[in-house]
Amino acid sequence: MKIFRSAFIPLLAVALALLAGAALIALSGASPVDAYLALLEGSFLGTEKVPWTEAVGRTLEKATPLVMGGLAVAFAFKAGLFNIGGQGQLIIGALIAGAVGYGFQGLPWIIHMPLALLAGSIAGGLWGTIPGVLKASRGAHEVITTIMLNFVAINLTDWFTSKVWREPGILARTPKIEPSAEIPRWGDLPIGFFVAVAFAFLIWYLLQRTTFGFEIRTVGLNPNAAEYAGISVKRIVVLTMTISGFLAAMGGAIETLGVVGRYEPGFNAGLGFNGITIALLARTHPLAVIPAAILIGAMEASGAIMQFKADVSPEITDIIQALMLLFVATPILVRWFFKDSQENDLSVGSGWGSA
Amino acid sequence: MSALTSRLYQRRWWIFTVVAIMGFTLFTGEFKEAQTTAILASTLRQSTPLLLGALCGMLGERSGVINIGIEGQMLMSAFTGFMVAAETQNLLLGVLAGIATGMLMGASLAGLSVSLQGDQIIAGTVLNIAALGVTSFFFQQGYTLPGKTPMIDLWFLADIPVLGRVFFSNRPITYLSLLLVPTIWYALFRSTWGLRTRAVGEHPSAAETVGISVAKMRYLNLILGGAIAGLAGAYLSLEAVGSFERNMTNGKGFVALAVMIFGRWNPVGAWGAALLFGYTNAIQTQFQFRGWFTDHPQFVGMIPFVVTIIVLAGVVGRARPPAAIGQPYSRE
Amino acid sequence: MNENQTTPAIEAIGVTKRFGPIVANENIDFRVERGQVHALLGENGAGKSTLVNVLFGLYHADEGEIRIAGEKVEMNSPHDAIDRHIGMVHQHFQLVPVLSVTENIVLGHEPTKKRGILDLEKAYNEVEALGKRYGLEVDPRAIVEDLPIGAQQRVEILRSLYRKADVLILDEPTAVLTPQETDHLLEVLRDLAAEGVAIIFITHKLREVMAVADQVTVMRRGKVVGAIDPSETDQAGLAEMMVGRSVVLRIAKGEAKAGAPVLTIDSLEALDDRAQTAVDGLCLTVHAGEIFGIAGVEGNGQRELVEAITGLRQTISGSIMLEDTELAGCNPREISEQGVAHVPEDREKHGLVGPHSVADNLALNRYFKAPFARRGIRQTGAINDDAQKLVDEYDVRTASIGSPVRTLSGGNKQKVIAAREFSQNAKFLVAAQPTRGIDVGSIEFVHQQLVDQRDDGIAVLLVSAELDEIMSLSDRIGVIYQGRLVAVGKAEDFTRNQIGQLMASGSTDA
Repeated sequence: MKIFRSAFIPLLAVALALLAGAALIALSGASPVDAYLALLEGSFLGTEKVPWTEAVGRTLEKATPLVMGGLAVAFAFKAGLFNIGGQGQLIIGALIAGAVGYGFQGLPWIIHMPLALLAGSIAGGLWGTIPGVLKASRGAHEVITTIMLNFVAINLTDWFTSKVWREPGILARTPKIEPSAEIPRWGDLPIGFFVAVAFAFLIWYLLQRTTFGFEIRTVGLNPNAAEYAGISVKRIVVLTMTISGFLAAMGGAIETLGVVGRYEPGFNAGLGFNGITIALLARTHPLAVIPAAILIGAMEASGAIMQFKADVSPEITDIIQALMLLFVATPILVRWFFKDSQENDLSVGSGWGSA
Repeated sequence: MSALTSRLYQRRWWIFTVVAIMGFTLFTGEFKEAQTTAILASTLRQSTPLLLGALCGMLGERSGVINIGIEGQMLMSAFTGFMVAAETQNLLLGVLAGIATGMLMGASLAGLSVSLQGDQIIAGTVLNIAALGVTSFFFQQGYTLPGKTPMIDLWFLADIPVLGRVFFSNRPITYLSLLLVPTIWYALFRSTWGLRTRAVGEHPSAAETVGISVAKMRYLNLILGGAIAGLAGAYLSLEAVGSFERNMTNGKGFVALAVMIFGRWNPVGAWGAALLFGYTNAIQTQFQFRGWFTDHPQFVGMIPFVVTIIVLAGVVGRARPPAAIGQPYSRE
Repeated sequence: MNENQTTPAIEAIGVTKRFGPIVANENIDFRVERGQVHALLGENGAGKSTLVNVLFGLYHADEGEIRIAGEKVEMNSPHDAIDRHIGMVHQHFQLVPVLSVTENIVLGHEPTKKRGILDLEKAYNEVEALGKRYGLEVDPRAIVEDLPIGAQQRVEILRSLYRKADVLILDEPTAVLTPQETDHLLEVLRDLAAEGVAIIFITHKLREVMAVADQVTVMRRGKVVGAIDPSETDQAGLAEMMVGRSVVLRIAKGEAKAGAPVLTIDSLEALDDRAQTAVDGLCLTVHAGEIFGIAGVEGNGQRELVEAITGLRQTISGSIMLEDTELAGCNPREISEQGVAHVPEDREKHGLVGPHSVADNLALNRYFKAPFARRGIRQTGAINDDAQKLVDEYDVRTASIGSPVRTLSGGNKQKVIAAREFSQNAKFLVAAQPTRGIDVGSIEFVHQQLVDQRDDGIAVLLVSAELDEIMSLSDRIGVIYQGRLVAVGKAEDFTRNQIGQLMASGSTDA
């Protein structure tokens, strides 16, 4: 019953957002019914031309980096940190995975693929270590540093793809990865998705059952008491940001190795706020990230079909997501329905210098 | 040491920075008047949205509310300002629309964080995401403005070499932003509004005890700040660029927060910091012009962001924000 | 004067105030006459603060009415109360630390030149004059956070006087003062009363009620138990009214059997949060089986000293030896593992994690080692078994060991901390303000626990702002002043007055 109670708010938020989205669609001249029908077809049901397995496969494909991104943000939240650097960490992960993917020949798959995956993830993890260290040692607020690093990452990866690891030709992108580095599909279903799901369970276990997870949660709830209990808050901050970056980066690495096959700038547009939406929809619970990611993934997968069949610009999904975020993050719903104030509220701590 | 000398000594890092920058500028400008003027003028232009953003953030934070949503406010205002000006072919209406948008979003932030006691950082992030989504969805190509806001030369002052062209030959919003600096400084430190704002931001229950409504002060400050952010947005689309592009703020709202912190929540300090950051932007063009790093333009593009990080890491630990920021306040 | 004596300055009639299911004030009748010093006495949680908050407009009564000078009033905010010349001096000062004395005093009622511009010169002059008139002198331009606590309190009082208060409410005003400062304050209050101001004085200190009050109203569990003239009773009588049973005011404590030195501090130096010297070459020894009490006004380095001992604060120089081990430079966990137990001054901030369960909080100092964890995996069975044992042993009132600890009352929270710290076979225990903000029953319990620890041979360091607590529990006493111990000796060798003087000025020379 506790699950139902906790899920009520996000479900309500989603419903309200879809309703508001329908209104906006109607305002822009299209039919909401057609639009939402196209949404379902594009994500799960399939159309005359597209079998449903392919639709589901595409949805899960889109959902995979969202699961990882949502995990990354949710994990950081547990320690009271707001990691908005998912975008930067993701593209670094994607780039390095692509580089390792094409740079080594003749390796067996059993070595090459995990190597590329890990390399990308670790690189992104280090990209998360930077703001972690800055916060722990200098008190620099991670909201700004991670966003700044997003921009730096965009420039940096741009440079790498145009100058260092560039495929000969007009387009600035890395060469295709070796087949031995690819993450395969099982029919239409991307294996990468199941890797992501596995990590969701892993993170959940880490947080709930290990002493490390207990330390992270304690720091997030009361850093002073944590310090007094002998937990090094600085150490937890750095480790949490690193792991968070690792998770986000893995999403990008899986995208490169399992979907795109190389690194191309601009392959994942948007400022990486998706991870935040997912994490908040899931109320920062690692396992709830999975259904939230599938929902958003469904919307993204059906963008083309929505445009084609219902003449609706795909950016409507951005707005619906923004509305979902608005509704889920607003405490009013909590208070109105449950009358207990602080228990369910999400909070990211306060102030600029709080190391 | 006389009083003047000791004050100069206290500000020695600022003075060093200014001298170093002037030197570097003259060097890159090859000591030519036209180029030096161009760099400085560009600095002022690039600093304007940062200054306005920082002032917006300052009004909120001085009363105790963190405003992460400045980016969203600027973007949304740039959009509505542009659309209104394009539809009506009237730039002034566009500017007013931008200001009104900023105020509306400021009120939303106040509603979320003051009345509903939500987390301020999440509320601001929601505004940012919403702004990006809405502006991207509703923007259509094909609208044009009747030109940008006019360049106004201030009489003979504009003829002074270098400095004259930089300071006294500008467009209206730029002038307005310069005027806001002393105005807000005076209001913050010499008026009852300023005293009460600072009290609310440092120790809200003390203010409430003497009968000041913390909620009302925060609403007021966020709406006023929103107007200033709206002005910044209007500046971008109507004065600086002359059109709207998807995500045209590109992080300026966040850099503005670093400017605010670097300026120690003080309008004059914020102006200095904004000029510094504006300079890092202006330098980028100069690098291109001089052919430095042309093969690797990405590193030049990184400069403003890396500088922001360095500033944040270097300064924040020693800067003291208003004591009550980030915490929702309720009477019981 | 005579006709006014029948009309009370302020009066509460049948006031009831509820917070959800809790009835904080039930049918309260309370009257204060002009020029009367009226004490409001009761334990923590009796409802005294709630009542005065209703009088001050911070809360709105659910039933009943307030009358000022015989006239019924509706007050919706402190603004209304201030307009009606009611002033309040809060227990936790409601002053803005970074603003000046004058800015704090005139806040909300600022003298202005035209159009909202402050007239600071005029304000400075008015504040100076006000201070002289009432014997509460303070530098009008000083920044409040630079002032000592006694001066800050004067600013609080002046603020009410600036708004021409006829009724002055003071909430536990002497909690942070030395005995001498307390005497001075009580004198100021008598002077104000003589001028016709009605004084309402919340306290739980029986001694002060006997010393200064013309009338005392005793509250218990939200109701008024009685209103009498203190001269008709004594401290024990008042205590019995407060608690409803006869109370042991002083724990029966046997002779200490002091043993070898356990904690030896030598020339310790440490800085405070603002990088100023807080602990200044302090030396101290605590023996096994004794309670060493540190008396001192808050702000003289005791907090930093405790933080240095427990590893929460870095030291500049000097040493802290626990038997043969150097503690200075170790982190909190290492120190705790060496056998140091700590009851922290601010239990919400340092001692407990609110949303975590009672069980998790009880295991907070041991969660990482066997049997509570094996190879990094938490063993919830062991954690819960141990928690249940402790909850039973220490009589902690909670719905279950799984409830979040923030749902417990103050006294029970302190019991959780006590259970955690006292059950770990430490060699040395430091207890900072251990009975702050908890009910008399729990105070008795904690005091007894401290004495039991001592009798078990543990070295106990007690830091408290309650002089009575120090004097009744300690075997040896040290007075801390400006970062060092200015006097150390056996408890019975000190008089209250001496300690007071040492606390205030560092020496006993008048």
